[in-house]
Amino acid sequence: MSPHLSVWRWHVTMATSILHRVTGVGLYLGGLIAAAWAISLAAGPEAYAAFKALLGSPLGLLVMFGMSLSAFYHLGNGVRHLIWDFGYGLDIKNANASAFAVFGFAIAATVAVWAIAFQTGVFG
Amino acid sequence: MAEFRLPKNSRITNGKHHPAPAGSGKTRTFKIYRYDPDSGENPRWDTYDVDLSQCGPMVLDVLIHIKNTMDPTLTFRRSCREGICGSCAMNIAGRNTLACIKGHDECPGDKVQISPLPQMAVVKDLVPDLTLFYAQYASVEPWLHTETPEPQKEWRQAPEDREKLDGLYECILCACCSTSCPSYWWNQDKYLGPAALLHAYRWIIDSRDEATGERLDELEDPFKLYRCHTIMNCAQVCPKGLNPAKAIAEVKKMLAERVV
Repeated sequence: MSPHLSVWRWHVTMATSILHRVTGVGLYLGGLIAAAWAISLAAGPEAYAAFKALLGSPLGLLVMFGMSLSAFYHLGNGVRHLIWDFGYGLDIKNANASAFAVFGFAIAATVAVWAIAFQTGVFG
Repeated sequence: MAEFRLPKNSRITNGKHHPAPAGSGKTRTFKIYRYDPDSGENPRWDTYDVDLSQCGPMVLDVLIHIKNTMDPTLTFRRSCREGICGSCAMNIAGRNTLACIKGHDECPGDKVQISPLPQMAVVKDLVPDLTLFYAQYASVEPWLHTETPEPQKEWRQAPEDREKLDGLYECILCACCSTSCPSYWWNQDKYLGPAALLHAYRWIIDSRDEATGERLDELEDPFKLYRCHTIMNCAQVCPKGLNPAKAIAEVKKMLAERVV
């Protein structure tokens, strides 16, 4: 069998496609965090405090930062897929441009949300 | 399923180095995939230092130069040398294209790496087995289906209906697109691939064809059509500048419009 991934020089549209899949799986697993949050809430104030401390730890914050980046990326690229499904923007130039636009949106929206969170003192 | 590693018997070893003859002008190194089914050995990367002053500008010129003057065992397909037959489709510097219309000065990097079309059974060196690819093309029944009696002269078509075939009929079936597609890499036994789907669409929107519904029925399948995830590699590499991803999106749209 001839080589494939190991010889391929990537296109940006190929990267957006696999990232859409990766972030989708990531968000699915991230749903478990939301479930754990609800369970800890039901289990009483001590469990909830422990859960909040875990999420507020540097590792917890990093995971949540990754989750928000994934969510905004998946959202942006999902909209891109919707536009494609209407038959627009499928030429190479527009597909490449929209790929960079989605990356830009994901980063900008994530930074904005975290800036607002810190400003408004969500983290106490 | 996605197989990211090559099977054991397909892993590539380092092969021979063929230096340029003494007294050569400017040289460039070409790293070429070699596989000899008779040797029982794994494929290998051979490198050739090619004297650029002695050969033409295209990658195909380089391959022919190597075969003529350096290594007659190098095997590849070629015919028209002007981008219309599709024979010399291969992976050059990481992208599928036709060797005859790809200038070696267009290839980035130091060495130019050349391998067969990706994720295909290899017959020898740069020659892939395209049996399945052609069978997939045949499966879309790429001819006019009609029920009305044949007219005395030709089937008539309005100029604007004829225009709908532009960007589709130019496909030369070189297989650059299908073998560039990760979905096709992992599911080529079930997914038809960009080339066959582009041709399916070419007949679906032909105003003279009377089997549009049946053609759409045939494609309404989780694998044959819907393994396309708009990765766009097909359109990125098509040496004829066509857009199979767009054609596939149009088929998906027609299927959706049928039920709403």
